[in-house]
Amino acid sequence: MEVPEERLTSATFEELAMPLFDQLYNFAHWLTQNRSEAEDLVQETYVKALKGFSSFQPGTNFRAWIYRILRNTFLTSRTGLKATATVPLDVDDAPEVPAGPDTPETIFIERSQQQLLQGAIEDLPLHFREVLLLCEVEEMSYQEIGEALAIPIGTVMSRLSRARKALRENLRQKLEGG
Amino acid sequence: MADDFTAKLDSYLDGELRADEIKAVGLHVRSCPACSADILSRVQLKRAVQIAGKRYAPSAEFRARVRRKIAARPRFSPVRVWLTAASTIAVLLVAGLLANYVGNQRLERRHAFSEIADLHVATLASPNPVDVVSTDRHTVKPWFQGKIPFTFNLPELSNSEFTLLGGRVVYLEQTPGAQLIYQVRKHEISVFIFQDGAVNPALREASGPLRHVSFNLQSWSDKGLRYFVIGDASGDDIRNLADLLKNAAKS
Repeated sequence: MEVPEERLTSATFEELAMPLFDQLYNFAHWLTQNRSEAEDLVQETYVKALKGFSSFQPGTNFRAWIYRILRNTFLTSRTGLKATATVPLDVDDAPEVPAGPDTPETIFIERSQQQLLQGAIEDLPLHFREVLLLCEVEEMSYQEIGEALAIPIGTVMSRLSRARKALRENLRQKLEGG
Repeated sequence: MADDFTAKLDSYLDGELRADEIKAVGLHVRSCPACSADILSRVQLKRAVQIAGKRYAPSAEFRARVRRKIAARPRFSPVRVWLTAASTIAVLLVAGLLANYVGNQRLERRHAFSEIADLHVATLASPNPVDVVSTDRHTVKPWFQGKIPFTFNLPELSNSEFTLLGGRVVYLEQTPGAQLIYQVRKHEISVFIFQDGAVNPALREASGPLRHVSFNLQSWSDKGLRYFVIGDASGDDIRNLADLLKNAAKS
């Protein structure tokens, strides 16, 4: 979603931002895991984005820009600070492993336990949860994810790989436990 | 299962590989049962997360609240508001002054021409409207010698509908001038002649009907003299007499 320079006026902000409302709210709720906090986060994001719209660089990605504002706003909130208390290691030290023939996800699909999967996503550390959601739910490219999270593409790839691995592990534990 | 292909499976499913890499991975997956099974489970997880991830929806009330919040706030800084207000006031002030000036000009012109009309009416109301009574221009013109600081030519009227009744000296704003009375079909018309530089500048405007006093008027300047032809005769009569005077001035 690139904005041509001639369209960069305050009047276009609503036109650009409101179609992303549902997505941003969904992402905010996943981050905060609380409806009230999600609403506060989204509202603050829109107010900040509108205020800073004149500084938006025309020709760049508006969706990535507003997601970045939302994420930065979240990171400075009480819940965000708590969630980031554990700093992730972005070193790609975990070798890629095959999912295997009898994997948790195939078992999960068979059982159709969506709630279980949602729980597994919730249990992911913030830095895994956000990159996974931006890729799978928002269907952002690695480039967009990198812009939204302010990290290099290589980090996006390694973090995404580790997030999927962690998700599979969470699912395995939930299935074995439940 | 080849490790280098396994490492690329996620990027393959995410659509982040180059065309040649996509082709290579696709060929390998079709020939490798392990990678084929692996990619199937990754696709299943990807799809499941996509569905499960769309979990939360905002309320309509919350959406409306945010929309109001971003739509109801005009992005004006206090400085901009003040500048806008100052500009508006300046424009209104200039427009007001301009309107006032134009209005004053119009009013002044109206008053000036009203004076001409008053002179005409006063003359007709007088029991002795003219000081020199003659239909002969060669009698009337010399009469003004020594009475006014200029001289003028009068038209020959033998082949026209107009009759010269006579003339008198008049003063317009303390400026002496000549008033000549002509008649056309029982309508009496005044011709006023003054030095152009001595009359009110408001009287140097274009001619036309004086609607506010219901008279027709022709006014022009020639060789330093300002002429006014005014009366209740038709506009054509006033113009015809004016043309006669203009032609006479050229002779």
